[in-house]
Amino acid sequence: MRATPVRELALDLDAFEGPFDLLLTLLLKEELEPREVDVSAIVLAFVELLAERNELDLEACGEFLVLISALLELKARALFPDEAAELGELEPEEAARELARRLAEYRRMKEAASWLRERLAVEGDRWFRLGPAPLGPQPERRLAPQDPEALASVLRALAEPPPTVSLSHMALRFPPVSQFLERFRALLARRRRFDFDAEVGDLSRVEQAVALLALLELRKSGEIALSQAAPFAPIRVSSRPWPAAAHAGHSPAPPSPGAAGEPMPSGAVQRTVPSGVASPAAPQEREEGFDPLDDERILEWTARSA
Amino acid sequence: MDSPLRLIASNPVDRLARTVEALLVVASAPLSVGELADATEDDPERVETALSLLRERYSEARSGIVLEQVAGGFAFRASREAAAACARLFERPVERGLSQAGLETLAIVAYLGPCSRPEVARIRGVAADSAVASLVERGLITEAGREMGAGGAVRYRTTPLFERVFALESLAALPRLDDLGEDAGELRERLLDVAQARAS
Repeated sequence: MRATPVRELALDLDAFEGPFDLLLTLLLKEELEPREVDVSAIVLAFVELLAERNELDLEACGEFLVLISALLELKARALFPDEAAELGELEPEEAARELARRLAEYRRMKEAASWLRERLAVEGDRWFRLGPAPLGPQPERRLAPQDPEALASVLRALAEPPPTVSLSHMALRFPPVSQFLERFRALLARRRRFDFDAEVGDLSRVEQAVALLALLELRKSGEIALSQAAPFAPIRVSSRPWPAAAHAGHSPAPPSPGAAGEPMPSGAVQRTVPSGVASPAAPQEREEGFDPLDDERILEWTARSA
Repeated sequence: MDSPLRLIASNPVDRLARTVEALLVVASAPLSVGELADATEDDPERVETALSLLRERYSEARSGIVLEQVAGGFAFRASREAAAACARLFERPVERGLSQAGLETLAIVAYLGPCSRPEVARIRGVAADSAVASLVERGLITEAGREMGAGGAVRYRTTPLFERVFALESLAALPRLDDLGEDAGELRERLLDVAQARAS
């Protein structure tokens, strides 16, 4: 392979005087700053050399373009060190390595192209038909042997209409609160107290929630008292020990907007009891373990809410 | 005369070879053993036996038609001694006028494909639009998806026609890239040697 004029290119720049390949070497060895190299002067020198030779060496031009573009990249990186370019963060040493790597990569591809050209020259006398095949083979998809009866049963199964999907779970059905009100009142008529958890343990979650609502309603109306030893402990429900009976003369009268001043708080109870529902049994005695302060707070709250 | 003909007719492999021969004549692209086995509804091993029979029959200096293994299959082509006559009658549009830029681009796509035009341009140092378009038009490369990300560039790979034109059984038949050119270390050392020689 004859020497290309690229390497012979004599340069006379401000910062460098000598052949082009020496310039590249000095740049790679970092003995010359890329920013000091006048790239346009190199291009001018190369164009002048081409003009002198009076022939267009495309291979030399290609090599020159690759080298000069790599040089420009190096110089741009040196001039704009903070530029967020693809390789902008590279140190000069890394940039030099990158330059050599790219040159080597390009050379390999050039060699590969030469190999292809030689291959074409050797295999150039191979003539063959071109174009897509008019009838490409379409291999038949072979199915596994099947029993006709089995196929028929599968078809029958497919022909059956699918079962109707139940949507019952889509709508929640709540039992009426009044049902639990009656139930708890009847229970308290028989027993003075009971454990809420034990009574509703067999019910569904929705029913338990409604039962709790009924329980709160009863407490709000003052019919019952609630106690719980600790968080999450069983809730104990007791008949409401009316202050009028247990603490006569010490506690304020139970609130009753409709019957203010009545000694018995039955009016408060009757406000929430639906018509036809029996009134709760009157508390007979004070519940053991019942905190009277709790009861007083309830009464105060009831009075405020009234 | 009757005896050999009767022998050939009674040989089932030879019967299969004739069917394979017919398929290869009809097809204008190489057919793989699997495709031939599907078309003939025969065993792939028997198809290979039939192919070896045909390769012997259709070989250079024995027939005007040559059976060759190329581009992942088998295909007929003209014998080399008929190349001059073929050249007088037909053109070779695929490889005619393939430029150096085209060959370099083809090499990059063959070795690194699927790859995009920007990748080719990065390696060659010049825009690859024209070379890529020419190779696509010739049918030597084709689109093969896009690069990842929004607006990713189109990627290209070589076609079976490329393997056929360059008489490659597959892309694996290309020479190893490491065996071509110089590596970066060698290149740098060579540059340093030149610099030292000139400095002394």
